[in-house]
Order: sequence, then structure tokens, then C-alpha cells
Amino acid sequence: MQWEIVIGLEVHAQLSTRSKIFSGASTAYGAQPNTQACGIDIALPGVLPVLNYSAVERAIKFGLAVGATINSPSVFARKNYFYPDLPKGYQISQFELPVVQGGSIRIQVENAEKTIRLTRAHLEEDAGKSLHEDFHGMSGIDLNRAGTPLLEIVSEPDMRSSAEAAAYAKALHTLVRWIGICDGNMQEGSFRCDANVSVRPRGTEKLGTRCEIKNLNSFRFLEKAIDFEARRQIEILEDGGSIRQETRLYDANRDETRTMRSKEEAHDYRYFPDPDLLPLSISKEWIEQVKAMLPELPEARRNRYIEDFGLSSYDASVLTATREIADYFENTVKQLSAQAKLCANWIMGEVSGRLNKENIEITHCPVSPAQLAALLARISDGTISGKSAKDVFDSMWQGEQGGDADAIITAKGLKQISDDNEIEKLIDEVLAAHPQQVADYRSGKEKAFNSLVGQVMKATKGKANPAQVNTILKQKLLK
Amino acid sequence: MTLSVDDVKRVANLARIEISEEESKQMLIQLSGIFSLIEQMQAVDTSHIEPMSHAQDMIQRLREDVVIESDQHVLFQSIAPQVEAGLYLVPKVIE
Repeated sequence: MQWEIVIGLEVHAQLSTRSKIFSGASTAYGAQPNTQACGIDIALPGVLPVLNYSAVERAIKFGLAVGATINSPSVFARKNYFYPDLPKGYQISQFELPVVQGGSIRIQVENAEKTIRLTRAHLEEDAGKSLHEDFHGMSGIDLNRAGTPLLEIVSEPDMRSSAEAAAYAKALHTLVRWIGICDGNMQEGSFRCDANVSVRPRGTEKLGTRCEIKNLNSFRFLEKAIDFEARRQIEILEDGGSIRQETRLYDANRDETRTMRSKEEAHDYRYFPDPDLLPLSISKEWIEQVKAMLPELPEARRNRYIEDFGLSSYDASVLTATREIADYFENTVKQLSAQAKLCANWIMGEVSGRLNKENIEITHCPVSPAQLAALLARISDGTISGKSAKDVFDSMWQGEQGGDADAIITAKGLKQISDDNEIEKLIDEVLAAHPQQVADYRSGKEKAFNSLVGQVMKATKGKANPAQVNTILKQKLLK
Repeated sequence: MTLSVDDVKRVANLARIEISEEESKQMLIQLSGIFSLIEQMQAVDTSHIEPMSHAQDMIQRLREDVVIESDQHVLFQSIAPQVEAGLYLVPKVIE
């Protein structure tokens, strides 16, 4: 039987506010345990939550970026369960009337476009952290993270492969950083994915029983976990078994998922509106104000790069992976608009490679877009070869001659010889010095030609344009 | 809607409230009383009334995003049964 995999994703994006969602404690990462957990965060009796303006604003920003409805009023609810890292015995979340409802995200998989619908995105507070290392057989609780604002983004079950799920997660990851609502740092847990996976016979409508895979903290693990989970479910069904609805954990070391808790013993969260918080009202004026703050979105930029600069869909996607890369590209191409493809190739190749190797962010790139454009202009006007451009780039990276491409080209004597007369003169000399190869070529030995090209390049110390040498040499040999 | 003693026990367990067999029977009577009250109220026609999520007809005030709290963990932890390295210690929890 042919099986179809059905995937929906829940993503928790930590909102990049300075203070917590309901208290004035700091959200800075990496502080000493419990030094950023105030009376509200640790649920001392008598405290009251007060909602953070910036957390709401970031949620609105997201909603507008995905074309969703912004609910007003929007309501906060208590999600009740007991766990030591949840001091109140409930998490303040949203149930009915989340801030963001609906919307969609476009993804590209294998050159095909697809729309993934969003169900909702709601505001909630994060829990603390439990440390299970041995504290004399006890667990340690750090409540610094308790009360950190999260936007939980829930998709419809619209994805049909692990590749689509990863593409969606990446698109979302790009978007939240692009609009500046989340730093996207997956190691620090600022962007966490849970996947709901089920399978059904291809061609049928009814959804199969799903399993939820928790805490996938990289795109690679997300793909591997979904692949494993789908295989596991298909094997069970093909053996005549049935799937039990449960929560599973992905173990990266063993590349498998395993039961965390089954739904029979699942929590009954008994949601109800939080009486400590009044309904949230979001005015039209506020929405308009946020709309005005939104930058040009990645998809719009991507399409513009394809249309205005004639870039391929792949190139346009790579260059819009982050706003910083896109800005760098745009500032480069601004000064060399006829050579967008050359700019794209260099930014995706030499520049990115070097940044990765030295672990530098593009915003701190030692070669500025203007300097890069000056270098690329010398390739496009034939002053230097692509090969020597790499040497010049290397010198610019080191800060030689103040990063000025022309000064480096002059200092290193890298200027190509493109004067026909000069090249002809050199070729004549080479031909005169190698009569044997000339005779070989004329008697039909093609290889002798390459050897002669090599001799000419050697005579010019590599500064001649090889294409030009080829042409002139061929003409001379035909005579 | 009729409640059973099992429902009472399940809710008590979810709320982490320990109740005896005798108490759950008592609780069943009291909770059933509340349910019959709700049933009576359902006789009122509310079709033309917009549901409220809060008893007060007011909207939420918002806080500016500034850090105003300082580190008071030593004070807070002075009443904790057990602490170590700045952490609260609790009986081991692993799912």
C-alpha cells in the first residue's frame, strides 16, 4: 500500500522582549540560577500579572506578516497542570480567542511552491527549567526562564514530507528573525519545534492517529525524527497493528523516537479564562501602527530579486535567508546593478564561505558591500581575472590598502593584459620558441594546443585573459 | 448532567487533592447541587447576550517593556525547604 505522511507543526518562538510577559524581571539568557525570577515569576501569594506591551506588539507583527486575523478582544486562559518548574500550578496561555488567528506561509520544496496554512498563534509564558543531574537524588529548579514570553505558532496538518516540514520551519525561522520578534537561537531554545505526525493510505481523506514528537531543536533532527516516526507508524499498520496516540521524544544519539507519555494518562488541562487578566483589546490604530513598522518581507524580496535581477529561485532564496544577507546583497548590487548574478555568486560563494569559516556574522564582514562592488566591477570590466579577484578579496579581507580593490590590484600588479597587440607579441615569441609543438598541432595533435596556451600564460605570468589567448592563438596557428 | 464518584476522584486527582472514600461521596452530593443550579440557570435565554470572558467589563492595561525587578533570590530562597547552587531542590522528577 502507498502511504501518505501528514504533518502539522507547533513552534514555540521566544519573543525578544527585555522583560518577561507578566513581570518586570529580565529575560537575558545565561544568568545565574533564579537571579531573574521575581515574586510574580515564582508565584508568591498575592502577586498579579501585568501584560507586557512589547510582547503583544510582536504577536501582532507576526500576525500581519502571515496575513492573519488579529483578534480583539483576545483572552488569556489558565492551563492547569502540576510540575515543579511551573510555580503557579498553571501556565498562563490562550485558548479561545488567541491574538493571531489563521494566516499562511509560502514554502519552496524542490522548485515547487506550496502554501502552509496556520491555525493560530497565541501568547503564553514559558516554564522554568528542571535539572536532573544528581543533587543527592533530587532535581534542581531554575525559574529564570519562567514567565519568558512565547508565541506558540500552530500550523494546519498541511505538510506531506519531512522536507516540507523542514522547509516550513526554516521559513518561519527566517520570518520571525526578519521582522525582529525572536532571535531564533535554537541552541538557547529560542525557537523550538514539536511535530504532529500521522500516516494514512494515499488517496484517503481521514486523518490517521497522530503522535506528537517533542522538542526538536534543529532542522536536521526535525527531518530525521519525522522520517523515523512515519516509518515506525507504517510498519505497525502494515503488521495489522494500530497507532496509540501519544507524546514521543526524539533521541538524536540513537536516531529514534520513544514514548514520553501516552494520551490515556494525558493531562486534562481544564482551561478557563484567567480572572487575573482582563480581555486584551487591540485597536485598529495600533494594528495600523504596527503595519507601518513592518519591513519588506522575505517573500516579497525574493520575488523582487527574481524579477528585477533575473536571479534563479534558488539564488533568491539563499540571499533572503536572513535580512542581513539580503541587505548586504542589495547594498552591493546597488553599485553594480548590471551584474546582479556576479554579486549573488560572490556573496553566496566567497563571502559566505569566508564568514562561515571564521564564524563571523555578515553584519561584521570585514569587506563592506561597497568594497565588494568595487572589486566585482574590476572583474566585469576585464581588469582582473576571476582567479586573481580571489587573491584581491583575500587581501581586502586582511584590510590591506584600506580594503581598496584598485589599490591592491595595482600594488600586486594583477592587472590583466588585454591589449591584443601585447598578447600577439608574446604569442609570436612563444610560437617561435616551440616549433615542435606548432608542427604537432598542425599535424592534428590537439593536445599540443593546450601546451602552447600554457606557455603563453606562463610568459604573461597568468595575467592574460585565457579566452583572449585562445582566440588569438587559434588564429595564428591557422595561418 | 450526572456526576459519578469516579468523576469526583478524577478531578480530585487532577487538582492533587487527597480525599477519602467518605469525602468523595460528600463531595459528589455538593458538586451535584452546583450542577443542578447551573441547570436552573440554563433556563434563562442568553441568545442575545454576548459572552464575557471576565466578570468585569474592562480591558487589560499594558506594561511598558522595561526591567524593574532586581535579584532577590536569597530572600526568596530563605523559606525554601532545600536549595543548592542557587537552585530550588525538589524530589526527583523524570517523566
